[in-house]
Amino acid sequence: MNTSYSLGSMHLKNRVLVASGTFGYGNEAAPYTDVNALGGIVTKSVSWLPRQGNAPTRIAETPAGMLNSIGLANVGIDAFIADKLPFLRKLDTSIIVNIAASSTDEYIDILERLEDEDGIEAYEINVSCPNVKEGGLNFGTRCDMTETITRELRKRTKRTLIIKLTPNVTHIADFAKACEAEGADAVSLINTLVGMAVNIRTRRPVLSTITGGLSGPAIKPVALAKVFQVYSAVKIPIIGIGGITTWQDAIEFLLVGASAIQVGTASFRDPDAAVKIIHGMETFCREQGVEDIQELVGGLQIDAGVAAPGFVKAMEKEQA
Amino acid sequence: MSLINADLEVTSIAQVAEETYALRFHSPELAARLKPGQFMNILTSEAVEPLLRRPYSISRVEGEECEILFSLLGKGTHILAQKRVGDHIGVVGPLGNTFGYEKDFGTAIIVAGGIGVAPFPYLTAELQRREIPVITFLGARTTARVVRDGLTNLEVATDDGSEGHHGTVIACLDEYLSAHEIDRPMIFACGPNPMLKATQEYAREKQLPCELSLESEMACGIGICQGCPIEKHEGERKYSLVCTDGPCFDSNDIIFHEHHHA
Repeated sequence: MNTSYSLGSMHLKNRVLVASGTFGYGNEAAPYTDVNALGGIVTKSVSWLPRQGNAPTRIAETPAGMLNSIGLANVGIDAFIADKLPFLRKLDTSIIVNIAASSTDEYIDILERLEDEDGIEAYEINVSCPNVKEGGLNFGTRCDMTETITRELRKRTKRTLIIKLTPNVTHIADFAKACEAEGADAVSLINTLVGMAVNIRTRRPVLSTITGGLSGPAIKPVALAKVFQVYSAVKIPIIGIGGITTWQDAIEFLLVGASAIQVGTASFRDPDAAVKIIHGMETFCREQGVEDIQELVGGLQIDAGVAAPGFVKAMEKEQA
Repeated sequence: MSLINADLEVTSIAQVAEETYALRFHSPELAARLKPGQFMNILTSEAVEPLLRRPYSISRVEGEECEILFSLLGKGTHILAQKRVGDHIGVVGPLGNTFGYEKDFGTAIIVAGGIGVAPFPYLTAELQRREIPVITFLGARTTARVVRDGLTNLEVATDDGSEGHHGTVIACLDEYLSAHEIDRPMIFACGPNPMLKATQEYAREKQLPCELSLESEMACGIGICQGCPIEKHEGERKYSLVCTDGPCFDSNDIIFHEHHHA
C-alpha cells in the first residue's frame, strides 16, 4: 500500500504531520513516541528574535477543545538554528519550519537565513496567529498581504512553500486562490478560531489576552467545511488541520479534499496520537482494499442535486 | 531518562477527607523513577471531555504502586473519583523537577494549603528516611478537609476554626516559629497561589530558604504547549515553564501576579 506523497520538492513518507506549536521542536515528545514514524514535523513558529510569549493565563480548556494565547513564545532564529535544528536534522522524517513574523521583511529575513541550512524540506508560513498584537491575524485576514508575502517568499526559495490560513475570514477560498496564484505549493488550514472563556466568579476573562485561539475536536466540523470549500476552489494540495484526534478524523479530512493532515491539540492529550493515527489509517486502507491512499483524497461522494444551498451559494460567489 | 506513557491499572481508591480521595495505580517503572515533588499527567477518560490531561503530584510510592491525592474540583476529578479497582487511567510521567530535599538544612518546614498537601506524604517519607526532622503546617477550610495520613508533627489551621489555629496557615507558622527554636529550617510549600505568595513573603521577611511547588493550567506537561509560564526575577528568560522548569521553584525566583488565581 502506498501512503507516501510528494508536495512540491518535499517527499512525505505518509500523510500525517504534527502541527506547529503542538510538537515543539521534536525533542520534547521524542521520549513518548516514535517521531521517525511521522510523515513530517512542523516546528513551533520561529520568529527573528526570541519571543517571551503572552502573560499567564495562556490556556483554558473548553468543551471538547482548548483556548490558547501563547503568543508565539519561541527561541528565535539564531537559537533555532544552533540548538533545535541539529536534532531535527537527524530525524528520519520531513522537517517543515513554521515561520512567524510581524512584517514582510521579517518573513523574508527568516526564510533567507534558513535557506543556508540543510535538513529543511519545507516552510509553512504562519500568516494567521490570532494571539499576537503585531502581524499575526492582520496578515492572514488581508488577502493582499497574504498575496504579497507568498509572492516575495516564492521568489526566494525552491523549497516547498505552504501558507497556513486562518478560518477567521469571510471567504477562505479567496485566500487559498491568492496563494495558488502566487506560487505556493500548498495551503494548510485551519489555524485556530478566535474564542473566549470567562471566569464567572472573578468576572474576568480566563486568558490574559481576553480572546485566544480555539483548537481541538470542537473545531473539526468547521475545519472539514473549510477544507471542502477550498478543495472546490484551488488545484494546489491542501493540508487539513483542526481537531484531528483519531484516524477516523484523518480519513474524513482526506475525503473532503486534504492531501495530508496535521495532528495538533491531540498530541497534548497523547504525545503518541499522530503515530496511532498513522497505524489506524493503514489498517483502514487495508480493510477497504485501498492500494494508494491518494484515492481517498477528495473522494467524498455527493449525490447529484444534494447540497447545502447556502454553502454552495457561498462557494459560487467566491468562484465568480 | 526513560518516560512512561501508558494505561495503568487502578489498584485502590479511597476517600481520605471530605471530597478528597487517594487513588493508587500499579507501575513498577514509575515507582522506581518518581521522586518527591514530581508529577504525572493523567487522562481521566477516553471521551473528548475533559479533553486534556491533568497534572497530579505524586503523593506516595509504595512497592510497585504510586498514589495521587485529589479533591473534587471539576469534571476530571469527578470522573477520577468514580474509578474502581481494575479500571485503567492514562498516565504520562515522571514529569517536572523534584523538591530540593538533598540540600543542606536542619529541619523541613512543610506548609500545605488544601489539596496542596498532595506532594508531602512522599516528601515526608524521603526526609524521614534521611532522618531529617519535619514539622508540617496544614491549612484547610475546615477540619473535615484535613488530610493527615503520611504526614508528621502536624500543626493545623482552619478557616472556620473547627480545628487548631483559627486563621491562615502562615499565621500558624509564624506563631510556631516565634515560640520555638528550630535548627536551620527550610520551607517546602504547596497550595493555592495566594497562600504561596504569603509563604514567599514570610520566608523573605524571615530570610528562610523556601521552595514553592506551583500549580498551573497545563495542556501537555512536557514543555511543548508553552501554556504554563511563571514569571521569574532573573535570567534571560522572562518566563519559565511550570511543567519542565518546575513545578518546584526557589521562592525568591518567582513573581506572583494578581491574575495567578489558584
